[in-house]
Amino acid sequence: MMKSLKSLFGGDVRQFSMLGALLALVLFFQIMTNGKVLTPTNVVNLINGNSYVLILAIGMVMVIVIGHIDLSVGSVAAATGIIVALAIRDWGIPWWAGILLGLLVGAAIGAWQGWWVAYVGIPGFITTLAGYMLFRGVNQFIGKSNSVPVPEEFQTIGAGYLWEWGPNTGLNNSTLVLGILASVYVVWREVKLRKKAVRIGIQPVSTGTAAMRAGLLIVVIAYVTYLFGSGRVGTSFPVPGVLLVALVILYHVLTQRTVIGRHIYAVGGNRVAASLSGVSTKRTYFFVMMNMSILAAVAGMVFIGRSTASGPFDGINWELDAIAAVFIGGAAVSGGIGTVTGSIIGGLVMATLNNGLQLMGVGSDRTQIIKGLVLLAAVAFDVYNKQQGRPSIIGHLFRSRPVFPDSVDEGADTLPKVDPRTEAVAAVDPRSTTAAVHEQHPQTDAKDRR
Amino acid sequence: MKFYSGLDEALGDDVATTHVTLEMRKITKEFPGVKALDDVSIAVRRGDIHAICGENGAGKSTLMKVLSGVYPHGTFEGQIVLDGHHVEFRDLKASEHAGIVIIHQELALIPELSVTENIFLGNEVARSGFIDWDEAHIRTLALLARVGLNVNPNTQVKALGVGQQQMVEIAKALSKDVRLLILDEPTSALNEEDSANLLELLRGLKGRGLTSIMISHKLNEIAEIADAVTIIRDGVTVETLNVEDGPLDEDRIIRGMVGRSLESRFPAHTPVIGQTFFEVRGWTVEDPQVPGRLVCKGSDFFVRRGEIVGFAGVMGAGRTELARSVFGRSYGIYRSGTILIDGVPVSLPTVQAAISHRIAYVPEDRKTHGMNLLDTIRKTIVSAGLDKITHLAMIDEDAEFAAAEAYRSSLRIKTPDVNEGVAKLSGGNQQKVVLGKWMFTEPELLILDEPTRGIDVGAKYEIYGLIQRLAEAGKGVIVISSELPEVLGLCDRIYAVCEGRIAGVVDRDEADQEKLMRLMTTTTASAA
Repeated sequence: MMKSLKSLFGGDVRQFSMLGALLALVLFFQIMTNGKVLTPTNVVNLINGNSYVLILAIGMVMVIVIGHIDLSVGSVAAATGIIVALAIRDWGIPWWAGILLGLLVGAAIGAWQGWWVAYVGIPGFITTLAGYMLFRGVNQFIGKSNSVPVPEEFQTIGAGYLWEWGPNTGLNNSTLVLGILASVYVVWREVKLRKKAVRIGIQPVSTGTAAMRAGLLIVVIAYVTYLFGSGRVGTSFPVPGVLLVALVILYHVLTQRTVIGRHIYAVGGNRVAASLSGVSTKRTYFFVMMNMSILAAVAGMVFIGRSTASGPFDGINWELDAIAAVFIGGAAVSGGIGTVTGSIIGGLVMATLNNGLQLMGVGSDRTQIIKGLVLLAAVAFDVYNKQQGRPSIIGHLFRSRPVFPDSVDEGADTLPKVDPRTEAVAAVDPRSTTAAVHEQHPQTDAKDRR
Repeated sequence: MKFYSGLDEALGDDVATTHVTLEMRKITKEFPGVKALDDVSIAVRRGDIHAICGENGAGKSTLMKVLSGVYPHGTFEGQIVLDGHHVEFRDLKASEHAGIVIIHQELALIPELSVTENIFLGNEVARSGFIDWDEAHIRTLALLARVGLNVNPNTQVKALGVGQQQMVEIAKALSKDVRLLILDEPTSALNEEDSANLLELLRGLKGRGLTSIMISHKLNEIAEIADAVTIIRDGVTVETLNVEDGPLDEDRIIRGMVGRSLESRFPAHTPVIGQTFFEVRGWTVEDPQVPGRLVCKGSDFFVRRGEIVGFAGVMGAGRTELARSVFGRSYGIYRSGTILIDGVPVSLPTVQAAISHRIAYVPEDRKTHGMNLLDTIRKTIVSAGLDKITHLAMIDEDAEFAAAEAYRSSLRIKTPDVNEGVAKLSGGNQQKVVLGKWMFTEPELLILDEPTRGIDVGAKYEIYGLIQRLAEAGKGVIVISSELPEVLGLCDRIYAVCEGRIAGVVDRDEADQEKLMRLMTTTTASAA
């Protein structure tokens, strides 16, 4: 079962099982609420009401991967929000200039925090704890603890919809176009994967599997398109949703496919080894901390757009929601592990819980209790898996050695055949079995012994 | 009378003669479909130092796991007889209770605690819940005297050298009323002097009746100290050699271990030495922690093309410090000195600069300094040369895969897939991955810091061959090693480093162990 799923979706079964949990959750609430979850209005609310936390989670996972944490994001978002709102109201700058200003404010705050973390060497926890107080104070000082409204154009980025145009298809046409683009991408990706497999000389997945995989995804995309596109006229896939998807794609590529992404994981996984490989740890820290504040500024602006005003209590506890999303999404406290997509799924799990329980009429008190337990359970599940994949203390004493022995028969010119004995040992060695299923975990020997 | 868990009195009388402390009989340990140990027997005589040899993966660790109860009784076939009684250990604690104590290769002391606290950790001298420190100190002093370690029991362990820490470990074992001491690679982290001290201590303890089992890759030490050697290969006992039947010489042991004679432990190699291309003059570096203390004192050295240059020295002599400070000032505070590449002075203020000047440094501790254990083989191999496979800011994953595959086959990294995590590889294969990572940067000068530490004979041979191939391709190679035979066998020219100074340089033809040892331990400057 797991294996066929794996061949269907490739790679990361762990993340896939997270996605499964999310779908199960949605289904559960859908049944419990007699279909109130998957309605156009509700899913639009779900996206709009959580987009800012999900945007924060994108930056937060990178911070956590480098082994730090950012407690200041809520305050930074609030400080940016008030500055932008005031600049638009009092200086009369246009809304788009307000957005640029907000990004600059985020960059400046990020440079400040990044400098302390990277170049002075204050742990991120302390630097951003200070920032948490500092920028909350800045928000209330500048705004004199008042609410400041933002103009209607600005509200688009927090609660707007895509345009309505063209023939009447029964759906919002912009949403439809996005859905079609996504489907085309799915097909194109299948073709590309196949070409690549042929190029590097590995067996491509069978045509049937590929078609089924693409078909399934397209069905999902079609459904989502229908869900968002079929709401009352004038609504569509919301603008914050589009922004979120764009940011997820951007940061997914950044973390997985670029040099800076590699450096982030390298520094988080083993700082000394990274610096001895020519990675500037300071620059990496600086970049990640600064990036986080810029994303916090984006989240702050999306939020004031949605709530139509910037207030003194914006962004309270956002950092905690973002951190929870990242850990539910499979990141490791010790750094080096975590993905953007995982964190988004983690954030969506939290959002769905909130939303579903609310629809079921569960009070916020009990919702909090349930969310707390879910966070604990998700991480406990992860820790349990890691322990399965890690030698116990006793195991450390007798660190089980090579899955593949060191020595090679001198005469052998080709790669020696894998010794069946060691291979079978590998099969029972819990480290190797779980490693195949889960992401690699940091607690291998050297690190643990600290 | 000590209590043995699972003591089997009924069988007690048919068991071995009195002078055998431990007998493991016909141990067979099967993992699904496969035998990790096949009918292994070993008898350790009372008061002996009994060495167990075998390549990594031969089954030594499995055997010790069986002995210590990590694999509890019932999960394997065969019998364990300790002092004439059958024993069946349920877990590690049970075996420790019976007096079997293991000292692992990596020390398990807590650096921030004192010697006394470490020795009695988990075994505190307490009266009704309160620790009796006076008593603990008195006992510690006695234990330290037994191991010949003259330090204040209140010293924090982190203030001790590795050799002294090893002694503390042994003292800790002695505090537990040990009958059988198992040492796993006890000298792998020690320098020659500390190793010698440790061996001396073991000999002394043996004189007072302690039985020990020693697992070691250092065959010269085994030859020197062991009374018997059991050789295991592929899960089968090959033979047990006793010292009474003739001296235990290294070649004899190697023959048993690998099943073939390693006439020479080094592959054949004819050096072709070219011009000097890398030179360091007057290199002076200050300790980053202790202001005013110099870790490199005006060192001069050079490397020629195609040459393998050794840096010999006792631990703490400043070899790693010298190498790392040259490699992009990645250690210490630069004070003065010049680096010339092809006669031109260059500045290498960062690791990045060193890499772009075609210098590579393979650190001594591959796990903590050499790689990210969370990474896959594939990502590790390209990690120091990402620029080479980056187009338009995107990493070309095909090129990455191709590079990893190329090194997998040329370095014979044993793995089914380059997408496997490096943490799963054995020491020798990890070292090959790290070497591959640096070869990928296409260096002209490779600095290899303890390139064969903790890897077995067969893998060492391969690494030596690799180093020679690099030299034959016209690269300069610096090999830093604590093992003199390795330096002597591999290097064309050897610098002896002592207390941050280069104490002398000897050519291959004139070099021998004694000469080097003298240079390495001469405390006055310009001894050469």
